[in-house]
Amino acid sequence: MNRLLPFDWIVAIRFLREGLFQTLFIIGGIALGVGVIVFMSALLSGMQANFIKRVLTSQPHIQLITLNQVSRPLRFDAGQIEDPVIEQPTQRVTSVDQWPKIITRMRNLPEVIAVSPNVSGSALVVRGDASRAVTMTGIDPETYFKIVRLPDYIVSGEARVTSQDVLIGTELASDLGVKVGDKINLQAGTGATLTLTISAIFDLGSKGTNQRNIYVALRIAQSLLGMIGGVTNIDLSVKDIYAAETLAQEIQASNLVEADSWIKTNAQFFTAIQAQTFANTLIRLTVGLSVAFGIAAVLIVSVIQRSKNIGILRAMGTSRGQIMRVFLIQGGLLGLFGALLGMIMGGGGVIYWHANWRMANGSEMFPLVLEPRMFFITALLATVTGLLAATAPALRAAKLDPVEAING
Amino acid sequence: MADDVLRLEGITKSYNIGMPSEVEVLHGIDLELKTGEFVALIGPSGSGKSTLLNIIGLLDRPTHGRVYIEGHDTSTLNEDQITHLRGHSIGFVFQYHHLIAAFTALENVMMPMLADKIFLSEAIEHRAKDLIHRVGLDHVAHNFAMNMSGGQQQRVAIARALAMQPRLVLADEPTGNLDTQSADSVFELMREVNRESRTTFMIVTHNMELAKRCDRIIEVIDGRLHH
Repeated sequence: MNRLLPFDWIVAIRFLREGLFQTLFIIGGIALGVGVIVFMSALLSGMQANFIKRVLTSQPHIQLITLNQVSRPLRFDAGQIEDPVIEQPTQRVTSVDQWPKIITRMRNLPEVIAVSPNVSGSALVVRGDASRAVTMTGIDPETYFKIVRLPDYIVSGEARVTSQDVLIGTELASDLGVKVGDKINLQAGTGATLTLTISAIFDLGSKGTNQRNIYVALRIAQSLLGMIGGVTNIDLSVKDIYAAETLAQEIQASNLVEADSWIKTNAQFFTAIQAQTFANTLIRLTVGLSVAFGIAAVLIVSVIQRSKNIGILRAMGTSRGQIMRVFLIQGGLLGLFGALLGMIMGGGGVIYWHANWRMANGSEMFPLVLEPRMFFITALLATVTGLLAATAPALRAAKLDPVEAING
Repeated sequence: MADDVLRLEGITKSYNIGMPSEVEVLHGIDLELKTGEFVALIGPSGSGKSTLLNIIGLLDRPTHGRVYIEGHDTSTLNEDQITHLRGHSIGFVFQYHHLIAAFTALENVMMPMLADKIFLSEAIEHRAKDLIHRVGLDHVAHNFAMNMSGGQQQRVAIARALAMQPRLVLADEPTGNLDTQSADSVFELMREVNRESRTTFMIVTHNMELAKRCDRIIEVIDGRLHH
């Protein structure tokens, strides 16, 4: 017997050891449950992190744009409308009103990480006989690259955006038959034209974007689009991506801009992520509950099997509290050891899956995220689950009448 | 009075109180056991012997009357105090020995001391070994219950009952399940302990031979005592 362990621990461990088969089976059951939870959590959080990273590093978390222009009815006098027919105006490309002030205000918001003003408008890219309509975005690379990590998506060249440079997508490059260092001609709707050198070709993961988006220096776009000193949108990245919509609404309420969060512009994607998270939580909860019921069932059987032992222990002066602890400790230990084994199984499964399953292009399916914190929390949760599951059997054991228990 | 290990005053015990099936099984029992007495409790099945033994052993409470253990009025004690008093003042030996199968003979003897002191100590081990030696089981000290004979197991149970040096040992048909030879040696062991340490023994038995070898015979018939 161990001198360092108190009485109730010694009895609990002996009871577990005595019913070794029972103990091993339930630990196996718990391990399977915990393994499934660990595996699913690691897999899903890895995949989600990957999706989110891809989506949210290739677009701003919040984009501020000018408010739509609206027409008002022409009035004679108060309450008298001259012409009730109102035509919707065409939306001219206009600059965000007082944008430097808004930028300063955004930079001062604690939730905002980066702010970048851009000018965006349509243009025609011409090379030889080929021409393509594109959306030209004028950026300030220093701030813009903090929001959209273009340099991470460069497939050739370098992400340099001086007044001579243009960044184009892979699809557009192949459409025009150009490579880094080649020159292309840009024609804006205003009639202005300019020749720029391709400094890099990017792949943002979407064919449409790679075909239709080009990036130039802010000033170049301003002059091509005839918006000297103006910006059409202000891009933000924020600390808590899931709070982006709330923040966007707050910004819209206190500034003369329309604020669109990634949640709003990618509603379907966001719903899919939410559904996945919900399903994951539901599965975890169900598996956790079945583990708890398993532990409780085994301990209830154990209390019945050992009722004579419990009676004798009570007769020899063991308190109700000690008897209760004997069974609580068993529950906790089953949970803990089941969880440890389960984590090895689940963690091993994730590592195996990660090593052997690849995307069609050979890249990894999801980043391998095995945080020590998650293991610690799982072990703790399983132990607490074990303790909770053991409560009913432990109370039952503690309440046993010694006379009845001994006489069976 | 200080010489009394046990005193019962007007003990009654009823079951199903307040229901039509209410039944009184003990009808006002008075009894005193003095230090060092070796008493046999006899009576036909259903006479209330076991109920009386459970009440004396503080495993059950009487409906009316008072139980004094070493002068303490147990009716004033709460559950925890009763458990404590039971652990320290009373030892139990049951017909079916009831060793805890998960522990060895020696460890079974340590159990009551461990439950009291919480942590294992040199002193506890020493006392357990002494007791195992006292009941002549040194050679099976590290055996589990299933590897011992009935007589050996009952000796371990006696050693366990003596672990806390109680002044009263209650034995419920301790030899009822043993062959004549083992029964005799187990009885003699208890008698020796009684003589050496002046521990009071109360033994429930159906065996008149053994009862006659006790200091006093108390007979329970229909819930009343006949001395």
